[in-house]
Amino acid sequence: MKKRFQNITNWIAPCIAVVLLLAVWQIMCLTGALPSYMLPSPVQVVQALMGDFPLLMEHAKATLQEAFLGLFIGIAGGFLLAAMMEQCSILYKALYPILVITQTIPTVAIAPLLVLWMGYGIAPKVTLVVLISFFPVAVGMLDGFREADEDGIRLLRAMGASGWQIFWHVKVPGSLSHFFGGVRLAVSYSMVGAVISEWLGGFSGLGVYMTRVKKSYAYDKMFAVIFLITALSLLLMKCVSLIQYFSMPWAHKNIEGKR
Amino acid sequence: MEKKLEVSYISKSFEDHMVLEDISIYLNEGEIVCLLGASGAGKTTLFHIIAGLLCPQNGTVKLSGEDITNAPGKISYMLQKDMLFPYKTVLDNVALPLMLQETGWHQWIGKKKRARAKAASYFGEFGIAGYETKYPAQMSGGMRQRAALLRTYLFSDEVALLDEPFSALDTITKSAMHQWYLQVMEQIRLSTLFVTHDIDEAILLSDRIYILAGNPGKIVKEIIIDKERPRSEEFLLSQEFLSYKRKILQYLK
Repeated sequence: MKKRFQNITNWIAPCIAVVLLLAVWQIMCLTGALPSYMLPSPVQVVQALMGDFPLLMEHAKATLQEAFLGLFIGIAGGFLLAAMMEQCSILYKALYPILVITQTIPTVAIAPLLVLWMGYGIAPKVTLVVLISFFPVAVGMLDGFREADEDGIRLLRAMGASGWQIFWHVKVPGSLSHFFGGVRLAVSYSMVGAVISEWLGGFSGLGVYMTRVKKSYAYDKMFAVIFLITALSLLLMKCVSLIQYFSMPWAHKNIEGKR
Repeated sequence: MEKKLEVSYISKSFEDHMVLEDISIYLNEGEIVCLLGASGAGKTTLFHIIAGLLCPQNGTVKLSGEDITNAPGKISYMLQKDMLFPYKTVLDNVALPLMLQETGWHQWIGKKKRARAKAASYFGEFGIAGYETKYPAQMSGGMRQRAALLRTYLFSDEVALLDEPFSALDTITKSAMHQWYLQVMEQIRLSTLFVTHDIDEAILLSDRIYILAGNPGKIVKEIIIDKERPRSEEFLLSQEFLSYKRKILQYLK
């Protein structure tokens, strides 16, 4: 009973906070404390969102396409590189520092380069998302492999298992939660990455829409698109959590058989 | 009688520190033999050597006459922790050694199904029927230990090494597990070498006891427990039992 009550307060408290924030914002706009051409009220933002909804969806589709394609390649590549580095220690020693350094390169800084090299099509956007999503997955998996259970490996060795079998039966499942941690990070960056690369040129996508409405000083539409990007990122992260929940059934089963 | 497992003149040191000196033990077919010693006497190191995970400086390990020194994959080994993988169901955990043994490409189709079917057929005998689709976290310690023993047995029915198989259990579960274990052993007749620091457990379960003591570890005494298996709990209270215990305590000092 107490736990249930706690669950409800866990939900309600942040909801109230958000509503209060929106209310304050709305009141400030209505009383004229802030000029409406600089900061549109929440109601105006919602109106802008509704008004441009079909167009926004069209652009969102393009952005999501880039994000998904980039994520897929980035995650698969990150996984493969981590697997190769784990199986070959020389590769691990050689590449791990490089991996960590490349993670610190600001993606905003390489986006213009990619556009210069690859033009205004989908290629530079996908490449940027690949670069963004590749490293958290690779580094996450490698850390997971390093934490693999020594005794589990010993047990499989005593059973005469090959290196590949140990990798598949102990190391991969043992690092799944790290893998999903990396994927969640990659997903949250991927939308931003796609939008940034769209700013620099392109024909469709939420970033393209943003630059267009910026040029016409349509602040309400700018806010609308920011809201939309946030909502889509949250949705994608929720999807990752769901996939993790269903692909790791053991993580939420304990001795009573329920959560 | 040919010896099932023969460990001869094993010595092992780590850097300059000698851990095991001149260890020779053997195991006959169907025998349960115990290696009794205090913590840190080198029991686990000796097991790693017998399982082929470590290479000794001197000596050999022979299984049915074949030299298997430093060759893992011949003797089944149950580690101190039950080591059931939390991400596999109990059935898949138990079927794992069967999965690992089939490595050819032509065996790939239906491999999992065959391994599971064979493993599942033993669940009744080992008293864990109904746990097949559960995860290890959903089992009690005793049940997990049974599953771990079944996995060990499925890997090889020749010789099993059990490293303190019951030490993690509470006293009451432990004594129930002893009875269960003796009863299962009657059926499967697995030649077993097990390690313990529990003197009562050693006398109750084994046919022979090797006492490992000293630094570096040496076999200081071999004691034969001349009592028909399976033994009931009554045996633990008998005069006979106490005299064995008294004798062992002497050598452990």
